[in-house]
Amino acid sequence: MSTQNATSPSDEPVIRCDSVYKIFGDNAESMLKKANGVVDAAKFQAAGCIVGVNNASFDIHAGELLIIMGLSGSGKSTLLRCISRLTDATAGKIFIEGEDILKMNNKQLIELRRNKMGMVFQNFALLPHKTVLENIAFPLQVKGVSTQESVKKAKEMVDLVGLTGREDYFPRQLSGGQQQRVGIARSLVIEPDIWFLDEPFSALDPLIRKEMQDEFLRLQSVLHKTILFVTHDFDEALRLADRIAIMKDGIIEQLDTPANIVLNPATEYVRKFTEEVPREKVLKIESVMDAFDPLESMSDLTVPHNVVIETVAEVILNSSKPVTVVDDAGQAVGAITAAKIVHVLFGSHSTKGSENAS
Amino acid sequence: MIELFKQKKSLQFILLLVIFYLLNHFIVPAESNILWRLPPLLKWFPLYINDSIGYLMFEWWPVEVYDPDIEEFEQKPLVSQFTRIISGFILFQIEFIREIMLGGAKTIVTFSSWDWATANPWARMPGLPWTVIAGGATILGYALAGRGLALLVGFSMTYISVFGQWEPAMQTLSFVLVAAPVSVFIGLILGIWAFRSKTVEAVLNPLLNMAQIIPHFSYLIPVMVFFGIGDHAGAIATVIFATPPMVRLTLLGLKKLGPEVAESGMMSGCTNWQLLTNVLVPTARRDILIGVNQVIMQCLAMVVLASLIGAKGLGIDLLIALNRLDIGKATEIGICIVLIAIVLDRMSLAWANKQTDYFSSLSFIEKHKYSLVFAALFMIALGLAYVGQFIFPEGFNYLYIVPHNKGMSIAIYLQSGVDWIWDTYFFALKVFNEWLILSVLLPVKAAYLGMPVIATFTLFMGIGFIVGGLRVALTVGALLLFIALTQWWDRALITAYLMSVSVLVSGIIGITVGTLCAQNARSTRFILTYCDTFQTFPSFIYLIPVMMLFGITDTAVVIAIIVYASIPALRYTVEGLLSVPETLQDAGTMSGVNRVQRWLTIELPMSFPHIALGLNQTVVFALSMVIIGAMIGTDDLGQLILGSLSDRNGVGNGLILGICVACIGLAIDQILRTWANQRKQALGLN
Repeated sequence: MSTQNATSPSDEPVIRCDSVYKIFGDNAESMLKKANGVVDAAKFQAAGCIVGVNNASFDIHAGELLIIMGLSGSGKSTLLRCISRLTDATAGKIFIEGEDILKMNNKQLIELRRNKMGMVFQNFALLPHKTVLENIAFPLQVKGVSTQESVKKAKEMVDLVGLTGREDYFPRQLSGGQQQRVGIARSLVIEPDIWFLDEPFSALDPLIRKEMQDEFLRLQSVLHKTILFVTHDFDEALRLADRIAIMKDGIIEQLDTPANIVLNPATEYVRKFTEEVPREKVLKIESVMDAFDPLESMSDLTVPHNVVIETVAEVILNSSKPVTVVDDAGQAVGAITAAKIVHVLFGSHSTKGSENAS
Repeated sequence: MIELFKQKKSLQFILLLVIFYLLNHFIVPAESNILWRLPPLLKWFPLYINDSIGYLMFEWWPVEVYDPDIEEFEQKPLVSQFTRIISGFILFQIEFIREIMLGGAKTIVTFSSWDWATANPWARMPGLPWTVIAGGATILGYALAGRGLALLVGFSMTYISVFGQWEPAMQTLSFVLVAAPVSVFIGLILGIWAFRSKTVEAVLNPLLNMAQIIPHFSYLIPVMVFFGIGDHAGAIATVIFATPPMVRLTLLGLKKLGPEVAESGMMSGCTNWQLLTNVLVPTARRDILIGVNQVIMQCLAMVVLASLIGAKGLGIDLLIALNRLDIGKATEIGICIVLIAIVLDRMSLAWANKQTDYFSSLSFIEKHKYSLVFAALFMIALGLAYVGQFIFPEGFNYLYIVPHNKGMSIAIYLQSGVDWIWDTYFFALKVFNEWLILSVLLPVKAAYLGMPVIATFTLFMGIGFIVGGLRVALTVGALLLFIALTQWWDRALITAYLMSVSVLVSGIIGITVGTLCAQNARSTRFILTYCDTFQTFPSFIYLIPVMMLFGITDTAVVIAIIVYASIPALRYTVEGLLSVPETLQDAGTMSGVNRVQRWLTIELPMSFPHIALGLNQTVVFALSMVIIGAMIGTDDLGQLILGSLSDRNGVGNGLILGICVACIGLAIDQILRTWANQRKQALGLN
């Protein structure tokens, strides 16, 4: 329910959704008009309509990685398709860099996709009759870039995703993980500002998935794209996201940072997801630390503010005094005690974390 | 009691049969009795069609056309001008290909005149030596699928040449080479259009259903009226018949892709055209090429029938041989047709399954090795043909072409073999023949003809109602009503009798033999190969052996239908049984079923929806064969259609008769398909 704005104050959002609805069915539009913005999924279903997205509003800022998390049928992929306009939203407004894409004609839309958007698909959706290199160069070729230029760019992408030497392979000759690397390279070849990923790692084995997630984090640390990432895997969301939107039956139940979602689940549904989450693997020191008190006697040790608890837990637990938390510049920003760590790890679920998450 | 009746379908069927029997018993057979036979209220319809087509062709919208013969402008009706242009265009292509293979002057005449062509004999197309074509086809076979296919192609081409059938075979091939690409092109466009627009799909669907079930003969008549007689007319009729499967498979292939492929193309920034040509069609390549394969098979199935409206080639020879009861000759030609069919089938399938496998580092020779080998072969073959002039100084140069019927022949031996069979088994064959006709066929026929129209309607609409409710009952009723209102109800009953007897036997054979063969992997493979091979035989071929054994009788027709129609029954049974999920089999095993129990309680119920679709195909196959059976003398709808081919005003009759046949097929299709779909849903298949 909570549709908070992004915490970092920045200028215009790259993507803005304003009361977006997507309802499938013949008389969806007239039903929605009558409903006056209050959509009851059960009522609509009785009338033969299926609610895909129900009143979604949020902003995504430049360089931010927003993950939409939900189980199958929650409308997460539908929301992504509304924003990329692979499907038309039934009502609402969607702005990409301030422009309303629902008002765009086909030509403008193609222009937008050729220059600003890239998308990765769950089942890779590679063209079976083209080689790795041709697949990657495909968006450039349809755009009309010269063959020489597009091959050069595609080769760079091949190197970027670590497929060097396999340029002439066909998709069927590659493993699932490799195929998705091609999909990623294809989506990045036009150097888009906005990157959509629709369950990109769901069709992969757990080990490969972990590897691809690392690869993805590496790429993002280099590229700094604005990303909308869809997944049904809560652990994946926690691992990767700047912010997470949890969807159920087309409604965004909660949209917040991973730490806040784990510490303060907004609804019962969200709480169920967070219950089993090992907090030390998710929470960063800064989200559980206490305020820095210069008068207190501190240990000589310091820990960085932005690491997950797990990595420094041993140090803190072995220290008899509180440990200083420092920011990137080495300035003390907080303190953490062994007792606090024990409380986070083994305390009851009603743990109230401090609210000073960044 | 009523509740029980509502739930138990078997009780409903019993009641239906009782009513059917009572109606049969009590309705008085009299022409005036409307419950016995409906009056032919649609009798005017064929005449109306004749008049409309006549008007359309010869009067509607006259246009000024320049006539070079009388050097003046003349008033000619638009439609006939239009069809003449199409005819000329297609005929030119056929002649052109034909003359590349066989030589001739018609191509050059098109651009000049007969006088000029006679005066300048050097301009005549020389024609390729048969060795070039045979060798080229063999190389192509090797390039597509390696040594096996190359051997098959080489053997087939050599057989055709050595047996003196080269000329008609090339005539047939030239006609297929024009008809097939045209069908593929039209089918591809319609299929894509149907994929893009739901409306087009909704319009095309019933038309496609109809087109595939209307007998081949019926196409011939309107084509003849619009386009005249000749190779082009045969090609056009073939195109009409061969296009529907192409549309179907294109649509199927595109639909199967799933949304992600199209979405990935759109997100890559494709325009609609780029999406279609760069993404969708290449990705659906395999299904589309299987469509091409189907088109080629349909073209060959039409070879014999197209000869009825003037297509040259193997078909007309086969027809003549059959009419003369020259079984030896007919077999020889039949083998040629079958060989061409198998070769083209295997080649197009190999093409469909071939994955383009190129790595950019190939040398020039490796890249072009097949072209180079062909070039070498071309030179060698020309040299051989030249040398041949000296080896065979008199008569024919066999290294250039083996003239028609001047090759080897085993017709005499085949004929004497047939005669020997007749002499040896005459008594047995005769007894079987007479028994079948007197004790089975005639009584069944009498029973069908003795059925009051109200009883037929009650039975079929009743089955429709029990199976699929009011909608199906009304559809079936409407289809039957159309037949009942023409003057050919009795003939339709005869068609139905021939079909149902054969379908019953085919179904039993298909299900039992199919089940037995599905027991182990080797026999499964064997039976599927059998089906693949026999399915490529043009239906006409089946008439040759049965005529040999049973002469011109209903027995011959029925047996031909049974052999032909049991192919889909067999195939679908085997495929249905194989598709039963492994886990279910394991669950059965762990519950301790024995072989028979497994078959009865797991395999058969699970695969029955699929088998029902096979029976549906069996009906379609049987109907098409019943009609072709007219060639050896039946007295059903087919015979009338055949008759209207030689009737000046046969269009209306032929069309309506064709639609009658289609109505029978569609009524049964409606019931079986509804039932199969319901079962599928109930079993959670799909």
